[in-house]
Amino acid sequence: MAIEIKAPTYPESVQEGTLATWHKGVGDSVTRDELIVDIETDKVVLEVVAPASGTLSQTFKSEGDIVLSNEIIAQIEEGAVAQPAATPTAPAESPAQADEAAPAVNPAAKKLADERGINLDHVIGTGKGGRITKEDVVNYQPPQDQPPVSPAAAESTAGSQEVAEVGERVERRVAMTRMRSRIAERLLEVTQTTASLTTFNEVDMSALMGLRKKHQDQFTKTHSGTRLGFMGFFVKASVEALKRFPLVNASIDGTDVVYHGYQDVGVAVSTDRGLVVPVLRNAENMSIATIENSISDYAGKAREGKLAIEEITGGTFTITNGGVYGSLLSTPIINPPQTAILGMHSIQQRPVAVDGQVEIRPMMNLALSYDHRLIDGKDAVQFLVTIKQLIEDPAKILLEI
Amino acid sequence: MSEKYDVIVIGSGPAGYVAAIRAAQLGLKTACIEKWQNTAGKGVNGGTCLNVGCIPSKALLDSSYKYHEAKEDLQIHGISAKEVTIDVAEMLKRKDKIISQLTGGIAGLFKANGVVPLYGTGKLLSGKRVELTDNEGQVTILETENVILASGSLPIEIPVAPVDGNLIVDSTGALEIDSVPKRLGVIGAGVIGLELGSVWNRMGSEVVLLEAMEDFLAIMDKAIARETKKIFGKQGLDIRLGARVTGTETKGKKVQVTYQSVDGAEHQETFDKLIVCVGRRAYTDGLLADDSGVQLDERGTIFVNEQCATNAPGVYAIGDVVRGPMLAHKGSEEGVMVAEIIAGHKAQMNYDVVPNVIYTHPEVASVGQTEEQIKAAGEPYNVGTFPFAASGRAMAANDTDGMVKIIAHAETDRILGCHIVGPSAADLVQQVAIAMEFGSSAEDIGMTVFGHPTLSEAVHEAALAVNGAAIHIANRKKR
Repeated sequence: MAIEIKAPTYPESVQEGTLATWHKGVGDSVTRDELIVDIETDKVVLEVVAPASGTLSQTFKSEGDIVLSNEIIAQIEEGAVAQPAATPTAPAESPAQADEAAPAVNPAAKKLADERGINLDHVIGTGKGGRITKEDVVNYQPPQDQPPVSPAAAESTAGSQEVAEVGERVERRVAMTRMRSRIAERLLEVTQTTASLTTFNEVDMSALMGLRKKHQDQFTKTHSGTRLGFMGFFVKASVEALKRFPLVNASIDGTDVVYHGYQDVGVAVSTDRGLVVPVLRNAENMSIATIENSISDYAGKAREGKLAIEEITGGTFTITNGGVYGSLLSTPIINPPQTAILGMHSIQQRPVAVDGQVEIRPMMNLALSYDHRLIDGKDAVQFLVTIKQLIEDPAKILLEI
Repeated sequence: MSEKYDVIVIGSGPAGYVAAIRAAQLGLKTACIEKWQNTAGKGVNGGTCLNVGCIPSKALLDSSYKYHEAKEDLQIHGISAKEVTIDVAEMLKRKDKIISQLTGGIAGLFKANGVVPLYGTGKLLSGKRVELTDNEGQVTILETENVILASGSLPIEIPVAPVDGNLIVDSTGALEIDSVPKRLGVIGAGVIGLELGSVWNRMGSEVVLLEAMEDFLAIMDKAIARETKKIFGKQGLDIRLGARVTGTETKGKKVQVTYQSVDGAEHQETFDKLIVCVGRRAYTDGLLADDSGVQLDERGTIFVNEQCATNAPGVYAIGDVVRGPMLAHKGSEEGVMVAEIIAGHKAQMNYDVVPNVIYTHPEVASVGQTEEQIKAAGEPYNVGTFPFAASGRAMAANDTDGMVKIIAHAETDRILGCHIVGPSAADLVQQVAIAMEFGSSAEDIGMTVFGHPTLSEAVHEAALAVNGAAIHIANRKKR
């Protein structure tokens, strides 16, 4: 029995995907839940698994083709894989189908294939145990020519052409990946549709660093190996500040302002394919340990391309950290439909004035990019100041002051 | 006592006992309930098939055939056998011995496989509990994870010819007739009517079959049905089609039957014995408590899906009590399928390749679709036939009535159906059934080497004939 393999239902924000990698070829046997193909969308790579065991009898898309939501991409002939109890008359001890070896061929099928010059390796067997029947040979269609590679093909492979000029000055033209194109689109959109400005401040990290040093061991022990970082505090501080400045937590939807009664904080993670922002839902209810855990979890998944769509959609506020790459100061770009984004930077030991004395303190620059259509300069500045104060004296987070 | 079982099977006919044995083989704790008692009052397994169906009828068919052959068919060989007689009581004794051997055999198989045999009446309650009323009237409630209902079927009764067990009998009674009736009436010219009619016809009865349908063997391939009717006519079976019985009257030791023919005219016939075999109905009387959760369909069979699961979770039903042809082997394979499903395997049954046999002589057998079904589906097809009259082996055996017919898809050559009337039709059809399981084309059978001289060669030739390549008869010209 033939079963259709379809692309999964894409979420509303995703229009189309690209067929990234076939893990199984036509004629391969597949077992239920085995990975068949990867489909790349703007945000994540979707894995499609086999709904039943059988043989992959046909594929309708090649690597690089565009795949729409729920589009049929392949077909499985059910039942061809070794399942002794699947045949009513075979005893339970019947030998497993040798799917490593070539499938059996009925005599008349072989004769016809020979006569027509058909390579039996290309014919899918629909008979018992995957046998090739005369019917299969009669119905066999030789493969069509490969469709031209779509412009969204992988950056590093098929689409590249080396144009070697005579002598030096070599150029290489490579099509953008789907994700890259999408990122480019969105960034352009953001700059064109928002009144984006950035306000800066700096924060003295010494209190936080001291706190971390003091409690690291006990924290790690208590929380099963989770290490105490800075992000937990920054998320907590942000949440507290967002509560005090609800506009910064809001979104613009057309001409409406949507105030969210919860704080879903996205934490930007850089991957090979680009930046993704997994979201900590209801961060206001999370403990520091939970936040640290979730972030490390997300980061791992993001690097493996295994983030689910639900994990990267939504969010009311985003934190990005350019500091890990050495950035001292930057103007982060807002993540629509959010209206603000906090940028963290690297910590630099600097001389600062403290009570009239020059001291060396670990300082971090903070940047808040905000959509001026909604947020006035005053609120943006004070929001950032609040975060600074909370970080410089973490007890204030606890005391909500 | 409430012991918990993995599987309880209600009914130990070919569906039930096979299910129970398979379940036990797969490691499930299985019990099988049977209410049938033999004449000695002892609980016996095997259901209708072993006790009053397939097996006893085949025993009588073979005995009667040998008698008939000895009386009529030996002269041609140069054999003279005078005074050939048959002792009906002996014939029945042999039949009973075979039954008892086989039913005992099942008890032995149960023991060997660890199936717990329970004797009494089983009733399915709600919540996967089974009420067992043993033959002394004691009631126990058994708990189980799964129930398989295999209660089988009973002969359909018609009010115009009520069975009295003496002059008017059903198929069960027909197997106990103790002397050859001079005139035997059979209401229903289906499989059972033809077989039972044959038995007594061979032994000297004048047999009249009254069939209400206007078509003979309506569900069979028409060409084969036509050929079969001709052959039975030659044998002296008086088959009257479109004959609807409107009343019966017993008068002393005879029974008078009134029937209407197609033109509306009324007729009467008198018989020494009347067999009523107009079909069978699913047997669910007293089987299901009102809240068992199992539903019946409009024909009174238990409603099941493709895997024989009823509406009640954990309750399955197989064999004659569910949809599909009432064939022992269909019930058995459903039993295997359900046992394997319960044990967690993926199992399904191929209902498209179930052979079907009438054990008259010559036998009539078929598998797959009839030409009429294929035509109705609009599929292009080719037909190949080969008559046994052209078979050397059949000639040597003096058994040349009948033919083999194979139907294959015109484009893919896949075998869609095979229909045979002739010697050993059942065994020949099985060969084609095996080929069909493997998706064979007619050419595949054509390419297979067949021993010579065999009856099987008729299958080979018919397969070749599908594509105009038969050697031992002239091929039909392509239109």
